[in-house]
Amino acid sequence: MPVVEEYMPPPMTEGMFPCSNCHATMEVNRKKRVLKEEHTDIKLHHAETMRWCLDCHDAKNRDKLRLYNGDLIDFTESYRLCGECHGNVYKDWKAGLHGKRVGYFAGPGKRTYYLCANCHNPHDPKFKPLKPEPPPYRPEENHDGISR
Amino acid sequence: MEYQDKQRYTRREFLRNLSLTTVAGMSIPLLSSCSKEEAEDFLQKHFHEMTREEKKVVIAKLEERYSRKYGKKFEISTKEAIPNTLWGYGLELSRCIGCRRCVYACVRENNNSRYKPQLHWIRVLRLKRGTLINLDDSEHYYDPPQVPEKGFLYLPVQCQHCEDPPCVKVCPVHATWKEPDGLVVVDYNWCIGCRYCIAACPYKGRVFNWAEPNIPPEEVNPSVHYLGNRPRMKCAVDKCTFCIQRVRNGRYPACVEACPTGTRKFGNLLDPDSEIRYIIDRKRAFRLKEDLNTEPKFYYFFET
Amino acid sequence: MEKFRETLKETWHFYRRTLSLVARGSKAYYAWCLFLLAIIWVGLVYYLKQHNVGLVETNMTDQVSWGLYIANFTYLVGMAAAAVLLVIPSYIYSFKPIKEIVVLGELFAASSIVMAILFVMVDLGRLDRFWHMVPFIGLMHFPESLLAWDVLVLNGYLFLNLLIPVYLLVKFYYRKEPNWKFILPFILASVPWAVGIHTVTAFLYNGLAARPFWNASILAPRFLASALCSGPAIMIIIFQIIRKISAIKVEDRALFKIAELIAYAMFINLFLLSAELFKEYYSNTIHIAPLKYLFEGLHGHKQLVPWIWAAMAMNVIAFFLFLIPGTRKRLATLNLGCLLVIIGVWIEKGPGFVIPGFVPDPLGEIYVYIPNPLELMVSFGIWAVGLLVFTLLMKVAIPIEAGEFSHVSYVERSSRREEEDQAWRQGSFRKF
Repeated sequence: MPVVEEYMPPPMTEGMFPCSNCHATMEVNRKKRVLKEEHTDIKLHHAETMRWCLDCHDAKNRDKLRLYNGDLIDFTESYRLCGECHGNVYKDWKAGLHGKRVGYFAGPGKRTYYLCANCHNPHDPKFKPLKPEPPPYRPEENHDGISR
Repeated sequence: MEYQDKQRYTRREFLRNLSLTTVAGMSIPLLSSCSKEEAEDFLQKHFHEMTREEKKVVIAKLEERYSRKYGKKFEISTKEAIPNTLWGYGLELSRCIGCRRCVYACVRENNNSRYKPQLHWIRVLRLKRGTLINLDDSEHYYDPPQVPEKGFLYLPVQCQHCEDPPCVKVCPVHATWKEPDGLVVVDYNWCIGCRYCIAACPYKGRVFNWAEPNIPPEEVNPSVHYLGNRPRMKCAVDKCTFCIQRVRNGRYPACVEACPTGTRKFGNLLDPDSEIRYIIDRKRAFRLKEDLNTEPKFYYFFET
Repeated sequence: MEKFRETLKETWHFYRRTLSLVARGSKAYYAWCLFLLAIIWVGLVYYLKQHNVGLVETNMTDQVSWGLYIANFTYLVGMAAAAVLLVIPSYIYSFKPIKEIVVLGELFAASSIVMAILFVMVDLGRLDRFWHMVPFIGLMHFPESLLAWDVLVLNGYLFLNLLIPVYLLVKFYYRKEPNWKFILPFILASVPWAVGIHTVTAFLYNGLAARPFWNASILAPRFLASALCSGPAIMIIIFQIIRKISAIKVEDRALFKIAELIAYAMFINLFLLSAELFKEYYSNTIHIAPLKYLFEGLHGHKQLVPWIWAAMAMNVIAFFLFLIPGTRKRLATLNLGCLLVIIGVWIEKGPGFVIPGFVPDPLGEIYVYIPNPLELMVSFGIWAVGLLVFTLLMKVAIPIEAGEFSHVSYVERSSRREEEDQAWRQGSFRKF
């Protein structure tokens, strides 16, 4: 039975969207540089020798992302942009293989796909190490529940 | 002569009374040590032998008992296997970071005993890079401040739901069997606790409730399946059921939903469009201990 | 039908008379029985604790899920199978010196089986659900499960080893000739049945592909060889005790013959063990790990190493003691050899067999299992039950075999009593 699919909303920082609130009236500076006045918390660590902000964010309309052929897409479809460079992973993700899906894979409910950006920060996509959950009790400890 | 007779008679009487009292005396503590629940469940039939009405009675009794014990309204499902399904599981070894979120999500979803004893259905092994088959050098109790650690890879293991399960073969009372949708399940009220199945499982998928399980009442999950995650009792075997209460309704198992790296995949092996079939058709997948011919349905694979 | 009722009446009368036999005895007898009852009582108290709280009270865990109880069970099934060693020479080869003591050997096998069944019962997590294992009433997974087979063959063997000796004893009590057409098929059946119980117990372990230490084809022959060492050894000692405290004559020749047979069985046992060691050490696959744990220690865990080497030394010394005629035919060294065999085979076949099967576990973990006091007390209790059962059976069987206890003497005594009664009444009548 085909299942209704939906996507998680993209993770936006509070108050940042829509970007055109600020950028509609600002000048466009196409010089590749490190930003000093705003967005200083974003450290680009994603092909930063070859790309910078305006290669993905459309220069004229900051509410949209820019595909290579010039098409503009919403942030909710950001996976199309990621897929341009990461084609193999994009193919797997579409099939439901890469990344995460929760909910229902059949039957009455919905299947919710996680967007690329929900797991990978687009500016620094490498997974950060996590603190692991505690190990199981050793067999000797398991009996009386006392940690040794 | 008669006096000696009398003596012989009374001595025999005395011995007879003494032996009867001893037998009665020994059986009373044995019988009284059985709890009320054990007495109620004593004559309960095997799940397969119960008629619809008997199942309803048993479910009602259990729901009432659990609700009383944990203070939440329980719903015990006996949903049968969906036709034309064979559940398969996929795990991407290139992505597991050994964070154990799956282990504890499973514990919470499936009402496992938290302590004394602590029952984990999933066990994450840490292997040195370069080994994948010899599990003898694995570390189970790694506890670094952060994972993944350099030079190691992580292999989570749980019940593999084999197509030819050795545990089903050896159970002396038919307490465990393979359902039509491929899940290997246990009737917890029928298990006698002989632990032969634990000795027979090559993947250590089964664990034993060595004592009455300890579940904090506020953490209990009240939507359960009779053959799955209903709260168990002491001295019964339990194991991963691929979240039978979820998958028979089309939901992903709890471990799949908990994994932060999207390592775990689940699907119907008989559906050519499912994720698991995509994995087997396109990725390099293998199963643990395939030489033992148990035909497990738990596929480990790599990215390409 | 009439004959059947007659037999039943006779058996009931026999049973009531044996109660008086069992109830009376020397001071040593009472002391021994009370000592055993005390141990049984302690074991029962500990078992009730385990029954109440669960098996968490033992030291068994998910990693080593079978321990002292199943180790003892395996050993005792072997001992029970050894009654065959006496039956074969007696009935098949008509070796006269053994013929007299065969019945006692079979009663020993019965007590051994009672102990084995009790060990399985205390190991079960849910004893209240034991009826699930009864055929036709429960749901027995026969024939796929070897444990189901074991339940059937063990109870059948117990039945055989009670039926045959009791039948023969009852007939001897009444000085009647046994109906060989009735009893001989049972006797002949008990020979392959004895081989069967131990083979089924071996197959129980053998069939588990998950445990490479047990998954060796050599397991069933090893079991039989070690069974044929331990059982007769304990019987040699028991027969010496019996001939000391009763009028039954057990010729030295019988004891020496049994010892010679033990020597051959021990040779096969040692040979099969060396075959296993060669295969594991020469091929040197990862499956050598359990054997390494047993003989050398694995990753620093050496708990079983002194035990198994002691067992090896005991077995080898006993083998030579039984092989050399000079030491075999001297009672002191014979008894020493028997003790060494009993303890050595217990270590090798009990803990030295069950525990390494679980180390390392299928995911490579090593848990060091050492029985805790509760398991020890319950085990002692069950051994005491077996000894008590055997003592009571012997208390009945020996006087019958020795000819002291028989229906003829009962009839004589009761008619004498009646005469005296008669005389007393007549006398008292005259008094008044």
